[in-house]
Formats: sequence, C-alpha cells, structure tokens
Amino acid sequence: MAGPEPERRPDETALSPARTYVAAWAALLFFLGLTILVAKVRVAPLGAAANLLIATVKAGLVLTFFMHLGSEGKFLKIMLSVAVGALTLLIMLTFSDVLFRR
Amino acid sequence: MDEPETGPGGGGAGPEPIDELGKRTGMWFFLFTELLFFGGMFLLYSIYRYKFAADFHRAAADESLALGSINTGILLTSSLAMALAIAAVRRGEIRRSIRWQRTTIWLGVVFLVIKGLEWGGKIARGIYPNGPTLLTLKNGEIIFFGLYFTMTGLHALHVLIGIAVIAFMVRFTKRGVVGPGRYARLENTGLYWHFVDIVWIYLFPLFYLIT
Repeated sequence: MAGPEPERRPDETALSPARTYVAAWAALLFFLGLTILVAKVRVAPLGAAANLLIATVKAGLVLTFFMHLGSEGKFLKIMLSVAVGALTLLIMLTFSDVLFRR
Repeated sequence: MDEPETGPGGGGAGPEPIDELGKRTGMWFFLFTELLFFGGMFLLYSIYRYKFAADFHRAAADESLALGSINTGILLTSSLAMALAIAAVRRGEIRRSIRWQRTTIWLGVVFLVIKGLEWGGKIARGIYPNGPTLLTLKNGEIIFFGLYFTMTGLHALHVLIGIAVIAFMVRFTKRGVVGPGRYARLENTGLYWHFVDIVWIYLFPLFYLIT
C-alpha cells in the first residue's frame, strides 16, 4: 500500500482503494447467501422473481465497483442501456407472442 | 488490441497520446455482442420454462445446490482478485498484481474442475445429449438438460478463454508490457472476466434455485 496515489487522467476509470473492492465482494457474498435463502424458504411464485431481482442487484454491484461503470462517461452508459434495452425488447416482443398463443 | 505506445512505463505525467477510453470502448462493444449472444439463450430458457414449468422444476432437482453455490462464491471471489490485480498494477505494485492475476487463474481452474465434476456426475448417470437416461425423461426435462449443457458449457468455454488470456497478461506484466501507465490490456481482460461473472450470476438462479 506504499506510495502516493497515481494521478488519474480524464480518460481513465476510477481507482478505488482495496477496501472498496473487498466491501463490494462482501456485499456480493451476502446477496449470494440471501438468494439461496430465498430459494430454500420457497415463497413461490415470488421466489423466482426475487432471485432474478437479487441477480440484477449483484450484476449492478459488479458493473459499478469492479467494472467502474460509475466513472465512465455518458457515451458508454448510453450504449450499455441500448444493448440491454435491445435484449429486453427482444424478450418482451417474444413473450407478447408466446403468452397469447392459443 | 492496441498500438504500441510511446513514453515511459511509469508516471504517466508526460503528454502521451494515449486514449484509454477508446481502448475500453472497443472491449465494451464486444461485450454488448456477448450480451446478445447469451441473451438469445436466456430467451429460449424463459420460453421453455414457461411452457414446461413442472418439467423444469423436476429436472432442476438433479442440480447440486451446494456445488452451484460454491462455484458462484469462487467466481465472485475471482472477480475481486481480478479487480485487485488491476488496482495493484496501476499503483505500480507489479509483484502484487501478478499474485492477484495468478489467484484469478487458479480460482477459474477450480471453478472449471467443479463444473467438470457436475458434468461427470450427470454423464455417468446417462444424462447427456442422446444419453440413455435422458431419453426416458419427459420433453421438458430433456430441454432443461439441453439448455443446461449448452449454457453452462458455453459459459465454461468463456471461463477457459479468460484463464488463457489472463495467463498472457501475467507474462505481459512480468515483461513490463503491462505497467502502471499502460494497463489497458489488463483492464480489458478484467472487463471480460467480470462480464463472464455476471453471466454466471444469472445462470445460477435459473438452473440451481428453481426446485
């Protein structure tokens, strides 16, 4: 941990202290435990939805802290939402067909 | 991945024409194609789970919650090691970075070994594409295992590729090709590794937590 913090150029991502990464990891393990608990308790049919929600929280933690999405500019964030939005649209359009078939 | 850069490895104080954002953007665009690649399979999964809900629940009972949970923990920990490796190289702590990169590799190997044990157990019981036990199951269960082998198999392939790329990064870091002012390759490798982690974060509840 010796030495001064390197100066961050504007095109670089944030450089977090090690404890931030460890805290993010601890949170991820907490949500892993929570998702197993939710599955064990069997609050079906809410269980599946709850576990997907927890998975999304975990993905958000990885994106924010490990992939430094927070320190990225608008451009990458918009592009990511376009990609995720395209996938969501694809799933919704498909289900708008599948759910209403006779 | 990137053109050779000029300037000293350390410091980063000089007016070097380095565009870190441009390099990361290329990696992110690749990850978007990966997102849609896996997304198509997640779409298939959700449609078939909707159509064969009972079969999916019955088939998922075959999955080992313990092994799946351990593997999730291992992959999450490997992501921490990767993030620490990048942070270390940026602070000039080369040896520490190499240690964390090696840790990431070994955690990836352990993940694959556990995955192999799971696959091996299924194959020994005749549950594999066109396997004798599999063919006695209901259609929905056969589809569940087909999706299981396809999705976890392609994910494991990504882990394997990640391990190989990180092994190259260890060499690059040793030689000084990756260093404090020039770590884009390692950071992009990290982005890939974390993405593969996120794919598993979704695979885990879909295959192991639906009994």
